[in-house]
Amino acid sequence: MSRRSIDQILEGKPYKKLLSSEKLQQSEIDLVNTDPKKTQYYGRIVLDNCGRINPEEIEEYIGTGGYQALGMALKEKKPEDIIKIVKDSGLKGRGGAGFPTGLKWSFAAQEKESPKYVICNADEGEPGTFKDRLIMEGDPHKILEGMAICAYAIGANIGYIYIRGEYQLSIQRLEKAIKEAEKLGLLGKNIFDTDFDFEVKIKIGAGSYVCGEETALLNSMEGFRGEPRLKPPFPAKSGFLSKPTNLNNVETLANIPPIILNGAEWFRKFGTEDSPGTKVYSILGHINRPGLIEVPMGITLREIIYDYAGGMSSGEFKMAQIGGTAGGILPIELLDVPLDYLSLQIEGHNLGSGAILIMNETVPVVDFLECCMKFFVHESCGRCSICRIGTKQMYESFKYLREKEANYDELKKIEELAEALKLVAFCPLGQSVASPVLSALKYFRAELSKEIDSNEDYETITREMSDIVFDYS
Amino acid sequence: MINITMNNMKIESEEGTTILDAAKKARIKIPTLCYLKNVQEPGSCRMCVVEIEGVRTLQPSCITHVSEGMKIYTNTKEVRDARKIILELLLSDHPWECNTCDRNQDCELQKLAEEYGIKEVRFKSINEELPLDESTPGIVRDPSKCILCRRCVTVCQEIQEVGTLSPRARGFDTIIAPGQADLLSEAVCVQCGQCAAVCPVGAIIEKDDIDKVWEAIDNPDKFVIVQTAPAIRAALGECFDLEPGTLVKGRMTTALRMLGFDGVFDTNFAADLTILEEGTELLTRLKKAIVDEDKSVALPMFTSCSPGWINYMEHFYPELIPNVSTCKSPQQMFGAVAKTYFAEKVGKKKEDIVVVSIMPCTAKKFECNREEMTDSGVKDVDYVLTTRELGKFIKQAGIDFVNIPDEEMDAPLGISTGAADIFANTGGVMEAALRTAYEIVTGRELPFDKLHVVPIQGLDGVKEASLKIEGTKEEWEFLEGVTVNVAVAHGLGNAKKIIEEIKFGKKHYHFIEIMTCPGGCIGGGGQPRMTTDEIRKARIQAIYKEDEGREYRKSHDNPALKVLYEEFLGKPLGERSHHLLHTKYFNKKDENV
Repeated sequence: MSRRSIDQILEGKPYKKLLSSEKLQQSEIDLVNTDPKKTQYYGRIVLDNCGRINPEEIEEYIGTGGYQALGMALKEKKPEDIIKIVKDSGLKGRGGAGFPTGLKWSFAAQEKESPKYVICNADEGEPGTFKDRLIMEGDPHKILEGMAICAYAIGANIGYIYIRGEYQLSIQRLEKAIKEAEKLGLLGKNIFDTDFDFEVKIKIGAGSYVCGEETALLNSMEGFRGEPRLKPPFPAKSGFLSKPTNLNNVETLANIPPIILNGAEWFRKFGTEDSPGTKVYSILGHINRPGLIEVPMGITLREIIYDYAGGMSSGEFKMAQIGGTAGGILPIELLDVPLDYLSLQIEGHNLGSGAILIMNETVPVVDFLECCMKFFVHESCGRCSICRIGTKQMYESFKYLREKEANYDELKKIEELAEALKLVAFCPLGQSVASPVLSALKYFRAELSKEIDSNEDYETITREMSDIVFDYS
Repeated sequence: MINITMNNMKIESEEGTTILDAAKKARIKIPTLCYLKNVQEPGSCRMCVVEIEGVRTLQPSCITHVSEGMKIYTNTKEVRDARKIILELLLSDHPWECNTCDRNQDCELQKLAEEYGIKEVRFKSINEELPLDESTPGIVRDPSKCILCRRCVTVCQEIQEVGTLSPRARGFDTIIAPGQADLLSEAVCVQCGQCAAVCPVGAIIEKDDIDKVWEAIDNPDKFVIVQTAPAIRAALGECFDLEPGTLVKGRMTTALRMLGFDGVFDTNFAADLTILEEGTELLTRLKKAIVDEDKSVALPMFTSCSPGWINYMEHFYPELIPNVSTCKSPQQMFGAVAKTYFAEKVGKKKEDIVVVSIMPCTAKKFECNREEMTDSGVKDVDYVLTTRELGKFIKQAGIDFVNIPDEEMDAPLGISTGAADIFANTGGVMEAALRTAYEIVTGRELPFDKLHVVPIQGLDGVKEASLKIEGTKEEWEFLEGVTVNVAVAHGLGNAKKIIEEIKFGKKHYHFIEIMTCPGGCIGGGGQPRMTTDEIRKARIQAIYKEDEGREYRKSHDNPALKVLYEEFLGKPLGERSHHLLHTKYFNKKDENV
């Protein structure tokens, strides 16, 4: 890399040309066009470039200040400074669990063993979630830059992006981005003329949901069956190939360059005290404008539906599932709960992956739960017995309820099973199966009970009697 | 030492102990299902969960270590409910065929259901009937009964390193299958039966041949004789709740006679025969290599008694075929001698003699069905029953095994030495061979306390010993001053280790003993369940005790063998021996999928 171009990037000057004036090559997913009259524009951190720059031209990324953060980090900051900034920013993992990112990095940084690995978890498998896809399609370099900064901070020189095979365009664009960054010396050896080396490789997943769980992902990367590993040891101590490994979600890493560039204080201006920053949601269901939004942490479901999503497309709001199939169900009473880690936790929910599925009154809870369970029956890894058989029995129970075949014990049984899954399952997948079920039981018990009440009709009784007759015939 | 409380009891525990082990010490039982000490501790069946104060979810006690001040509750409502639900779930995916199941009253799932007072299963049965796999001679798989604990997968992949069994598909559709094949016969399986030995339920068992043996005994035209492998006498008692390591040779003999066998004999007789043949083979190879400088002589020589090892070698290391002793296993030597020499002696046609073997082994069922094992003109060994099957056989006949008197085995095929007894243990074949070979070469007894070669005893995976030969007899002078290096491996994973080291030139041996199963035959795939290391040790000790109590302790001292060679075989490696007692192996690498 020439002296001139390094200086240009560090000063935030365009490297080759300014943003293309031509029609930008857009991602396949449209950003939700917010109505400026109705909503306040908060500014974006993660999706800032998406749709504004041509993601296949590295110059355009650099033109917006891209790789400046990496340059700054390498030239002016020590790894521990970087970790401190990330810690101070209060950034929490955007993959679902919400673990403080800076703290996670510090664990991997402490480890003495080498090599260390940085892994970007791009196995976005949660149904209804497609935020990472847009980030990768719309601004691939931001992820590479975030990974490089992370690698510098924890002392790694190799990075992997584990990406689901269905995301063809993401893979293409990331591959191209890696090549271009290598060409300009922004990845590879002696980045920014320092002694920091970093290379990024892509691993393509084969479509198993559980491989989004970090240790199952590691198993998959190593060529083993995609099943969660025992923790501890945590990946920071013994991860990929038993070496210290830091795994972050795509969105988390995309937050890093702006944080390094603008500082922790700047980041904390977004969102809430407990959950600073923004969150990218994929919103879908019975709404007028499905798509992606990036909004500050702490805005309410009501704002999302009525300000950003253009309101209900039909009928009245009944419920929303937050965080994909593994997420809880929010009823109308919770429309005004701020969407951030802490507020949701208080209500017994998780922010999860960032999918918000909005449903109107035409969706019966029992049908919806049956559908969720069908997914888990297929996607449980099959390792721990309670998840493998429990999801199947849960599915059977909801099917039973929907077909009005269930008796009074069914709900009690479902509840006990869900509680047991939450307490006992081996990994977060099994534990989270309980989320939609227990929240549905909490808010929609009356509706679910009706599925049983209708059992009391003459037909059922005669059917039961005929069963007895059949048994003795 | 650290302090913890368990169910409000203060207890001291060593650091690094699991909650499960700490509980055991405190006389608290925590149920387990997938856990098998020293084999797998995956924490996946979740039966052993306990509550730990301050921890949100219940934790599996088999893999969670105690820490200072930890407060553990093993029996709270949450814990009990969770365990009950897990059992109900497992039972909802299990065929309710307990009464007709091979594992009836010997089933870990059945036992837990009883212990936890499961009176009803509230979940509806979702068990799918999957096809029974009876495609191989030794092993039967019933996937419908499988509870996916994966013990079999772990022993197959990590202990034996054969890698036949693995989980396939995911979610509720997960099954344990022979790789991508549906039938075991379509995959490479060495038939060791370690999977069957660890299965907690009836999902993997040996092929039941009891009825065929009943049929033979019931047929008045057949002269049915039985041979019992050395490892049976130290383990059969466990089928009748006797302490592991109880020697039951005498009672076993009585029971077999009560069952109606026309002759009760000992595989030990053939084990002594093996030593004479194999020992001579080794010395011949050494002579060719050292005196004749014949480069084509394959060394090190490997033992050939263990049929699982032979299968493994043929599939994975066929390049070792010249190195493996051409001796048949004792079981097959017995069959060949019984249907020729013995048949002649008792004036029976070989077609009318039925040879039944009692083996600690499932691969023996495979071995007796190998096409080349017909050197007598008919099938040399007709049926093989495992130790477990013999236990059932005796129960079916209503014999009060624990209280019957001891009897002696029949002559001549029931006469044997202590050297044959120790064939049951890892290191035993080697020790027996050294006892004889050393004496042939030097004319003196093996110069060790009680004739034991201590470095190759015990449960270390790979063991080695060196023996400097001095004061040789004239004809063996070429061995004067030579240090003979031997090695012993048990468990195919350890066999692989030793072979790879030899291949890469890291190790040089003259003679290597390989036994397929951990601990040797005493830990065979057909032995009473569950074989733990403690039980292995108890059986091994019993076998050494049996050996030490013998009148003859060296194979070449076996008086019946002397007669056999005089009257029938001629000399070791002679023409008749060559025809009846030796075999050849086949490269089966191409069959690997």
